[in-house]
Amino acid sequence: MKTINIQSDKKDNSLKRRDFLKKAWKVLGLVLMAELALFVFDIIRPSRKEEIISGNGELKDLGHVNDFSLGSVTPDRANKLFVVRQGDGGFMVLSLSCTHLGCAVLWNGEKQQFICPCHKSVFDMMGNVLSSPAPRALDYFPVHIEAGRLRADLSQKVQRKKYSINQVTYAV
Amino acid sequence: MHDTNSTIKKKIPCFGFILHLHPRKVNPSVLRFHLTFGLGGMAALLVAVQAVTGLLLKFHYVPTPQGAYNSILNLQETLLFGKMLRSIHHWGAILLIWVVFLHLLRVVFTGAYRKPRHSNWHIGLLLFILVVFSNFTGYLLPWDQLSYWAITISTNLIGFIPFGGSWLKEVLLGGTEVGRATLTKFYNLHTGIIPFSMLILMAYHFWHVRKAGGVVVAEEFKYLDNIDTNPHLVAREFVVALVLLAVLFFLGSVFDAPLRDRANPAMSPDPAKAPWYFMGLQELLIHFHPFIVVVFFPLVLLFAALGLPYFIKKDKLYGIWFISSNGKKAAVYAMFFGILITLFFILADEFLPGPEIVAPNLPTWITSGVLPLTVSLIAVYSFLRYLKKKYLLNRAGIVQTFIVFLVAAYSILTITGIFFRGKGMSLVWPW
Repeated sequence: MKTINIQSDKKDNSLKRRDFLKKAWKVLGLVLMAELALFVFDIIRPSRKEEIISGNGELKDLGHVNDFSLGSVTPDRANKLFVVRQGDGGFMVLSLSCTHLGCAVLWNGEKQQFICPCHKSVFDMMGNVLSSPAPRALDYFPVHIEAGRLRADLSQKVQRKKYSINQVTYAV
Repeated sequence: MHDTNSTIKKKIPCFGFILHLHPRKVNPSVLRFHLTFGLGGMAALLVAVQAVTGLLLKFHYVPTPQGAYNSILNLQETLLFGKMLRSIHHWGAILLIWVVFLHLLRVVFTGAYRKPRHSNWHIGLLLFILVVFSNFTGYLLPWDQLSYWAITISTNLIGFIPFGGSWLKEVLLGGTEVGRATLTKFYNLHTGIIPFSMLILMAYHFWHVRKAGGVVVAEEFKYLDNIDTNPHLVAREFVVALVLLAVLFFLGSVFDAPLRDRANPAMSPDPAKAPWYFMGLQELLIHFHPFIVVVFFPLVLLFAALGLPYFIKKDKLYGIWFISSNGKKAAVYAMFFGILITLFFILADEFLPGPEIVAPNLPTWITSGVLPLTVSLIAVYSFLRYLKKKYLLNRAGIVQTFIVFLVAAYSILTITGIFFRGKGMSLVWPW
């Protein structure tokens, strides 16, 4: 039906066509910008592939249950964690990153406290905050005990406000 | 004058280009060293020095967690002047932060941010942020204990931004913690994206200075006849440049850039500190909730700085330090107030029983958030009101006094953080 118009008023229609082309260019420009934005975004965003390659998704064997005495805290610096064994035999695996700004907390055996060297945060043996600025208890890793071997899922760092009994795993 | 021009031109390379950045004639009042202290020119020279030394360092640096530390050792121990090269880059970076910060203060306190210079004020702010960010990304590259943990605690700060803070942190780090992806990212930002952006913005910055007719001229000097830039201004700039280079080379050859043990992600040094220019923030973090330190203060400051040219009416109070003698007195007052009240807050937080003990049931966003913030804001507000009455300050005067207060307070926080925080970040005497 456009052809009819062209015959009736050539000038007016060429303008319409020009308008259409101008708009088309604009739309194409926007599409290009969106594609570029997506492309750049994909480049700068954190890649998940690396974690898969580094094999963090597996259960990490931390030793035999009997290696850890009752009421002890054992640092495992290679895996950036502490193995906490409570007096009643329950296990917790705590991340050593302070929940404030990520410094590696230190275990003070005398005071039975975790102390962060960066901003003086203090945690008890269960990871509860005793002194701010840390906003929440130390993160922990889920623990699985199979055939006396203590294993932790290091790919899942669990955040929590406070310690509760269901975060503890017992050797059956 | 034409003769001197052509003779110098023959002797100094790129002289035509340097002249091109200047107006042909300038008001004699802008030649006074104490108007600008040559800070803008110094910043430009330091950026050039950082570019040259940085490009040389790039020949030997290996941007991987395995190779970075060794490549620095190698550079320092086997290369002729390798250690000095790195030290000059190190001191140049520190001087650059100082110089751009002082340049910013100079612009504020001589009222040079006002229209028609407001666009350049914004570009300058952007450049300032880029300088800090450039310094910050460079801090990680040696991959020693100092750099690893400084970047860890600084980037964890970003995680406290509500809605998307942890996502932003992951984007910056390329993961959940400082690692190979972070180093790649920071290396690219430090040696590519930031310098490139700075180069473009600097050209824009210089062009704006020229467009505004050069440096700000006070009303009282406007009647003076302009004099030739060459040699009057150029010769002075040349002296400043030589002195600055001498200081930089002296620092670089006498004081080595620090290098601690190789980064160990499992062991924070005690105490672990942020880069020195963020130590004021880290000190604030001991006293305030992270949300206030990381989100509230920076955002308020940034928007206040951006809006400054629109908040202050167009008047003739520019080109003079601190507006008037009353303004100067108020500024001195504010400086002492800033120093004393900050010291008082730090000591009170250290020795008085904390709110956790007095009222253990209150959540932390009240005890270390709303409560200390309200107390400090009321203290500052009443002090400013008092100064306003005492010295009959106008709006520009109050803003300026407040900025003096902020600078004094941040300086005290920074000094405390750097020198008076020892093991476990507790207060200690440094000697």
